Amino acid sequence: MANIQEKIAKLFPEATFEESDILLVNIPDAKWHDLAKCLKDELQFDQLVTIVGMDWKEQLGAVYYINCTANNTQISVKVIATGDREKPMLHSVYDVWAVATLFEREVYDFFGIIFINNPDMRRLFLSIDWKGYPLRKDYDDDPALNPVPKENERQEDITYSYVEDEKGKVTKKEVVVFEPNDFVVNIGPQHPATHGVLRFRTAVDGETIKKIDFYSGYIHRGIEKICEGLTYPQTLHFMDRMDYFSGHHYHHGLCIAIEKAAGIEISRRAQVIRVLMDELARIASHCLFLGTYCMDLGATTMLFYTLRVREQILDIMEKTCGARMTFNYGCIGGVMQDLHEDFVKDVKELLAVLPKNIKEYNELFIGNVIAKGRLENIGNLSREDAIAHGVTGPSGRASGWACDVRKTHPYSIYGELDFEEVVYTEGDSMARTKLRIAEMEQSAKIIEQLIDNIPDGEYCVKVPKVIKLPAGRWFQMVEGCRGTFGVYIESDGTTSPFRLKLVPPCLPLAGVVDYITQGHKIADLITIGGSLDYIVPDIDR
Amino acid sequence: MPYEAWKDNEYIESLLKELQENGTNVIVGTFDKLINWGRSNSIWPLTFATSCCGIEFVSLGAARYDMARFGWEVARSSPRQADFMMVAGTIVHRMAPVMRRLYDQLAEPKYVIACGGCAVSGGPFRKSYHVVKGIDEIVPVDVYLPGCPPRPEAMIYAIMQLSRKMRVEKFFGGVNRQEKIKDFLAAHPEESFDK
Repeated sequence: MANIQEKIAKLFPEATFEESDILLVNIPDAKWHDLAKCLKDELQFDQLVTIVGMDWKEQLGAVYYINCTANNTQISVKVIATGDREKPMLHSVYDVWAVATLFEREVYDFFGIIFINNPDMRRLFLSIDWKGYPLRKDYDDDPALNPVPKENERQEDITYSYVEDEKGKVTKKEVVVFEPNDFVVNIGPQHPATHGVLRFRTAVDGETIKKIDFYSGYIHRGIEKICEGLTYPQTLHFMDRMDYFSGHHYHHGLCIAIEKAAGIEISRRAQVIRVLMDELARIASHCLFLGTYCMDLGATTMLFYTLRVREQILDIMEKTCGARMTFNYGCIGGVMQDLHEDFVKDVKELLAVLPKNIKEYNELFIGNVIAKGRLENIGNLSREDAIAHGVTGPSGRASGWACDVRKTHPYSIYGELDFEEVVYTEGDSMARTKLRIAEMEQSAKIIEQLIDNIPDGEYCVKVPKVIKLPAGRWFQMVEGCRGTFGVYIESDGTTSPFRLKLVPPCLPLAGVVDYITQGHKIADLITIGGSLDYIVPDIDR
Repeated sequence: MPYEAWKDNEYIESLLKELQENGTNVIVGTFDKLINWGRSNSIWPLTFATSCCGIEFVSLGAARYDMARFGWEVARSSPRQADFMMVAGTIVHRMAPVMRRLYDQLAEPKYVIACGGCAVSGGPFRKSYHVVKGIDEIVPVDVYLPGCPPRPEAMIYAIMQLSRKMRVEKFFGGVNRQEKIKDFLAAHPEESFDK
């Protein structure tokens, strides 16, 4: 890390450094694009994890989290926007990391920061007529300003780009989304195969997809903004309602972040319970993926086979957590309740039937000649593209990118466990499907190691009644069922977060659909979208 | 709702019995009975889910809870073929006009179940700037089903309540209900589509 700091200091004398859990570089906006290029090309920071838009009341800006996939070091960069609050501006880095196009749109939507040179400066979640930028501290949330709309949303076929000329003058330019002769088909938001309320405007040439313009925000609930008004323990329960299959993982992530910030050490028993729950949830999630995915492709029966295992897991969870879906089980300092007395017995029963089920899935679906025809060589994504577009999780690993946070940045007790990170190199829909089945086996392996060795001790350590975090910033990543989930907390020393940014893995997954489907038939859109397995409430938050 | 009320599932029927004590028209009454019996035993849902509740709805369709036992398993993807809409999940500002359009596209007679805390009142997201605080701001609701998400058993109960309501449509669903809906729609006008 010191090495990197030296290099940056040498090349950019105006950069200053701050030590927190991840090295933070302060850089003026004018030099930011050069630094980004240098980070990517010379220092191999090739994955942009997220852009956290910030409103520090007197200034607006953004914090970038960047990861190096070669040696898994992380760095963060803080850039303060130029211009006043009316028209704050930053330079875009979309040409350095492709996924930035999407992340910058999100920041623009929430904070109104304009990214110079970004080719698509539209709102991402809110409608074009929305007044104000909701995550700004001075946002006026009067319902009279933004009432529940009674009529259909206004639609625009143009987007804007702010281009800077050599003299540094920024002009607004109109960009047309589709070409005049494009035939545009609307898919969604109410469509059974979009896995929720996502909308694709698809330009087709005959049956071949030319371009997809994706619209989200149909389930945007503003969780990040609500969290700013809640105490830390209160923010936890929203984690169940983003990616509702990864509830345990998201709880885990936020809990680790808060515990790291507050300096709370949790017991080994709690860590083991959390990991057990994470892996059980992962099996359940991949089961449901397989069921609904096959249903999308027309193989309805598969759902009944896969839900059989899922229901068994939900029963185990229900006995301990008291709910089938929104468990709210992790808490600061450990977990809410102790394990149910039947837990070990039930899990062993599950482990006994799981291999038989997995064999059945393979026989029924993966080996099926129709499935092969529909999945193989459909939606190929190379390793470089996966990294550039930030496609993490099983979808990234199917493209040959070893991006499992459990291995790259081990948290909790994952460092001591013996399991394999499954990586395939084909990068097509079939690889993504097979990989999830293989991951179920690995999760079972983790559970097998732990189930007989759950240590005694307290399931939740004593924590202060009122949890206050010291001023500072923390970033934590965990491996959800669909990819890397990140939590960014910025605290000003009070009981509620100054900014809580949740980094969903599904936003890049949906963003890559346009790139990956080009040239495929429109029927393959369902195959490809399903195999990426995005969850729309996770995209929208 | 008091716990005992969950056991009292026949109150609508007993009310009906009381109303029919003085007899009913032989022909019209018999036809009513036949139509309502048929209608209430094959209500087809619209596949409409925005978030977590939708997954419980999937569980409801699978083998364990098996809604096919009641004649509800034909989940339609097109609103024009569906009888009722289970609004499963949070409805936000951007989704509101879309949901209203789906409701308008359902063929009469149509019913709405507000499924889950979010659809009933905004639920945990009530404080949000982008969430509709209860779908009854947009469409008339027949059955409210609380829970976050409601268990599949609760969903079965809600749909059974709906089918009980349909069976007494002559008294409570017919003229009364239609007038109520008419008033509602007058107060919440349908704006021009497809501009």
